[in-house]
Amino acid sequence: MDLGSINPILLLASIMAASTPILLAAIGELVVERAGVLNLGVEGMMITGAICGFAVAVGTGSPATGFVAGAAGGAVLSLLFALLTQVALANHVASGLALTLFGLGLSALLGQGYVGVKPPPTARLDIPVLGDIPVLGPILFSHDLMVYVALALVAVVWAMLKYSRAGLILRAVGENHDAAHALGYKVVRVRVLAIAFGGACAGLGGAYLSLVRVPQWTEGMTAGAGWIALALVVFASWKAGRVLLGAWLFGGVSVLQLNLQAAGVAIPVEYLSMSPYLITIVVLVIMSADKSRAPASLGRIFHASQ
Amino acid sequence: MRLHLEKRPQPSRRWTDLSPLLAVVITMLAGGALFALLGKNPVEAISTIFWEPLFGEFAFYYRPQLLIKGAPLILIAIGLSLGFRAGVWNIGAEGQYIVGALSGAGVALAFYPLDAWVVFPLMIMAGALGGWAWGMIPALLKLRFGTNEILVSLMLVYVAEQLLAAMALGPMKNPDGMGFPGSRNLQEYPAAHNADLIAASGLHWGVVAATVAVILAYILLGRHVLGYQIRLSGEAPRAARFAGVNPGRLILFCLGASGALAGLAGMFEISGPAGQVSIDFNVGYGFTAIIVAFLGRLHPVGIALAGLLMALTYIGGEIAQGNLGLPAAAIQMFQGMLLFFLLAVDVLTNYRLRLAPRPETA
Repeated sequence: MDLGSINPILLLASIMAASTPILLAAIGELVVERAGVLNLGVEGMMITGAICGFAVAVGTGSPATGFVAGAAGGAVLSLLFALLTQVALANHVASGLALTLFGLGLSALLGQGYVGVKPPPTARLDIPVLGDIPVLGPILFSHDLMVYVALALVAVVWAMLKYSRAGLILRAVGENHDAAHALGYKVVRVRVLAIAFGGACAGLGGAYLSLVRVPQWTEGMTAGAGWIALALVVFASWKAGRVLLGAWLFGGVSVLQLNLQAAGVAIPVEYLSMSPYLITIVVLVIMSADKSRAPASLGRIFHASQ
Repeated sequence: MRLHLEKRPQPSRRWTDLSPLLAVVITMLAGGALFALLGKNPVEAISTIFWEPLFGEFAFYYRPQLLIKGAPLILIAIGLSLGFRAGVWNIGAEGQYIVGALSGAGVALAFYPLDAWVVFPLMIMAGALGGWAWGMIPALLKLRFGTNEILVSLMLVYVAEQLLAAMALGPMKNPDGMGFPGSRNLQEYPAAHNADLIAASGLHWGVVAATVAVILAYILLGRHVLGYQIRLSGEAPRAARFAGVNPGRLILFCLGASGALAGLAGMFEISGPAGQVSIDFNVGYGFTAIIVAFLGRLHPVGIALAGLLMALTYIGGEIAQGNLGLPAAAIQMFQGMLLFFLLAVDVLTNYRLRLAPRPETA
């Protein structure tokens, strides 16, 4: 065992990258849940985004186009969920599970020709002056664009929910859909838009996994990242800022256990690989004391009788 | 004029029974379209999946498979349906299945090579207990801390998969296996082998257990006060509380029962058809069983039929893979579609479609 081989600066830098996929998926799901919809299909949308992004990036040679395709793939899949829950008024939990099962099958089918293929590399932004600062430079300022896009997205969602009229309407729909409907807001339209946004974010997160984090395509490669993103939303008490904290925590755990594996700690690899999931459970237990913050209409079916 | 959904005063009996059939038909059509997109003859593909295993040339070989694949699905889905009815969402059956299999196999490997009749009953108990214990984790956390059981039970699937890998490569590895991963083959250990009760019929102890589970669940839901409480809690949680139903006990019962049944399914699989503890002995029955439970309308008899149908798609899918080169993922997607269409068609159970004049815009 050689713990000295773990470089703390590189460790912190890789936490930023490791947390990006779940951060993207979780911030999308946060918006969905604030609108009163519980979409358990994050895992399915993520993996569909992963293969759509991967296939298009390989086909066009441009990772940027790949990311757009990943987001589009996730959004299109999420519209199926919207159709089920908002038009056919199906149970949210069952529909979300259906979306995940379907997405896993769909992605495996789409990804058949892509096993073992290398994607085009995503460039790192080497920000001139800031990137040269010792310690902070490599940690904060030497990542690819998507890391900053994810951070910006968190800021935008936070500001939208807190300060904008659109955010207020979204929250109203999530807290009490009957009252929002009575006030003349289009409950279904707001929710469909939120679901599509959540799908696009999850797809983007999936594309980041297959194009940057891993980077290659394997079946079932998200390995529960979508579910961890769902747990993150609970952890964050439906607050955008705390999603960021949670994502760093989970990114930290997964990077640390990978580093420990590489350093040859005397614990079998399998037990180390369990740790992100176990930590998720522990955190859920700690956070679930505070139930009051969940949107009041979360997971309830809305049917305008008039 | 526009289409408009009107809530039925009561769920329609007719549509409750009809919607699974309609969903299957729509899935066949959409699946046919999918297979056509993949460049296969849709009629041939669909008939290979649904007709070949039952009435084709090699049906004598495939029919027993129907029981082998259907039994675990039915066993798991029966357990899940109890929780789903009460609004307790155990979606980690795959994990409980794995842990049940590991517990059962652990007992067998500990007794190896003792040849005594008591080994197999002990394995059955260990399998049920292992699955039960794995299901108790989300139950107790929900009861004590109000933790979301969906997320916890799911996280435990990934933990169980890692545990399986650790066992197959570590403590349970075959000492005579020349370094290959995987345990001793239980099929070669007569006291532990879950063999066919009638040779080559597919009828092993798991099938017996699935049949008993269907009957017991039927009695429980229709005749027993606990079954009544389960139904009441799902359909009218407030009324259930006024009626004095203890929600905590119900959570413990639902997650415990579904865990134990999933554990049993895993144990029968590993001591019979699968044979040994290996990294990939589990093939996702725990997740497919969710589809089976919904397709069977959360009703024991419905689940038995749905489990056999789903087993048919597994077997037919394998034939189509061999004969037509249909990718395995296409079958997985086909099964996912089935749940999708079922949920969509189900709107007709609770609502009726009406043509209504467009409302005046104020």
